[in-house]
Amino acid sequence: MKNVVTLFAALALACATVAAEAAELTGTLKKIKETGVITLGHRESSIPFSYLDAQQKPVGYAIDLCTKVVEAVKAELALPDLQVKMQPVTSANRIPLMQNGTIDLECGSTTNSLQRQEQVAFGPSYFVVNITAAVKRDSGIKSLADLNGKTIATSAGTTSVPLLKQYERTAKIDVKEIYGRDHAESFLLLANDRAAAFVMDDILLAGQIANARNPHDYVILPESLRTEPYGMMLRKDDPQFKALVDKAVGAAMRSGEARKIYDRWFTQPIPPRGVNLNFPATPAIEGAFADPNDTGV
Amino acid sequence: MNYHWNWGVFLQEAPEGGVRYWELLAEGLGWTLAVSALAWAIALGAGLVVGTLRTAPGRVLPMIAAAWVELFRNIPLLVQMFLWFFVLPELLPPLKRLLADADPTHGQFAAAVLCLGLFTSARIAEQVRAGIRSLPRGQREAAAALGMSTGQAYRHVLLPMALRIIVPPLTSEAMNLIKNSSVALTIGLAELTFRARELGEYTFNFFEAFTVATLVYVVIAMSANRAMAWIERRVAVPGYITGGRR
Repeated sequence: MKNVVTLFAALALACATVAAEAAELTGTLKKIKETGVITLGHRESSIPFSYLDAQQKPVGYAIDLCTKVVEAVKAELALPDLQVKMQPVTSANRIPLMQNGTIDLECGSTTNSLQRQEQVAFGPSYFVVNITAAVKRDSGIKSLADLNGKTIATSAGTTSVPLLKQYERTAKIDVKEIYGRDHAESFLLLANDRAAAFVMDDILLAGQIANARNPHDYVILPESLRTEPYGMMLRKDDPQFKALVDKAVGAAMRSGEARKIYDRWFTQPIPPRGVNLNFPATPAIEGAFADPNDTGV
Repeated sequence: MNYHWNWGVFLQEAPEGGVRYWELLAEGLGWTLAVSALAWAIALGAGLVVGTLRTAPGRVLPMIAAAWVELFRNIPLLVQMFLWFFVLPELLPPLKRLLADADPTHGQFAAAVLCLGLFTSARIAEQVRAGIRSLPRGQREAAAALGMSTGQAYRHVLLPMALRIIVPPLTSEAMNLIKNSSVALTIGLAELTFRARELGEYTFNFFEAFTVATLVYVVIAMSANRAMAWIERRVAVPGYITGGRR
């Protein structure tokens, strides 16, 4: 009998130790608790996910969803005065800035790819994109195959570049690529007729077109080179923060709150000029909301 | 820093297929060298003419030369690159039609060479002017006393001495030009820095990519430095300023 009591005492002690370890903060949450600051990475022209409005303030769909995460962090760490710092990032520096601790959560338009998962982790996918091409309406280009022999613009350092090269090989077409430094510059190449098409994620194309001088001059081709999920980027091997992000975003998706945020940015006029992207949720996006997941491509 | 270095990344095949990353970097290096060499030729030629004109007698020629220097020296290089590549063709419709049919790389290359060449020419012009101004006034007067025309005085007396004096600052300009050529990535020319960024973006081995790019830039800039030092020694006039060091 005494042995059994000793055994229970030992078990209880072991459980208590485990509980104490679980309560101890690690990784990003520990850093936020110690510094009282969370740094969000944002983009400058990824409309409507993350961009600067007329007052140069970062706004967008991803920023609103990240705010849900910030609220969850405040509640979790009992830090009502948590300071939120906004750090602009580009497609080329977002991963190094995440790895070296400059940003804690990236709220942009980052594809959740398996290759990137070797370096960083992702929250639940909040958008699913088609990679396709925007062309001028009067160009007569109706499909990707019509691009044979033409010059195609795309933004350097994006996943569109290898996809375009792959498509060139499989479809046996020959195109000349020209790289813009960012999406605005790539679109400028299309607008100025320096390129016949701009290959990029459909929603980013819709964003550039909505802000163009004559939005009606452009069309987005219905084909798709690939679909890709977008997710918030966070540091790898940080289970506490990852669980918090998953829970906060997942809850917003299940409650319908995320859907309201979606409609606000994609089907209503948005800053800075009150344009409407007219981009209702596709079935793939509905699917991501119904079953929050971080599956990459 | 517990960073996991992955030097094998350079031997990996790039996602566009058929080429390895080191080959793309080597291709980028080729563009960097080609842009730098051609731009240097333009910069030396234009800089020599403009710098000489700045010291020429009269008022009109020095004024034109001064305007040239101020124009190319006062606009940021990044902005100039944008103007050459995006704005100039909009102002010249025939040029735009030509570019639309040509391989886009050629347009980028031409814009980069012109932009870097003219930007650097303004800086070289100032050094040529300084070199000429640093010569004792007596040299110009002695040339005149020997019956030389202004042109002959420049050709046989002033420029040969001035150019020797400015070899060390020209060395800095040559090294600057090589490093400035990376600005061409902003118009999409796939030079060394462009390829390094691309490698980083696809594989996330940014540290490896930029370590190698940095070393390559150091090697090219040091080679330019050594070449100029050799020229400096070869052309030195014994007993004259730069000739003293041997």
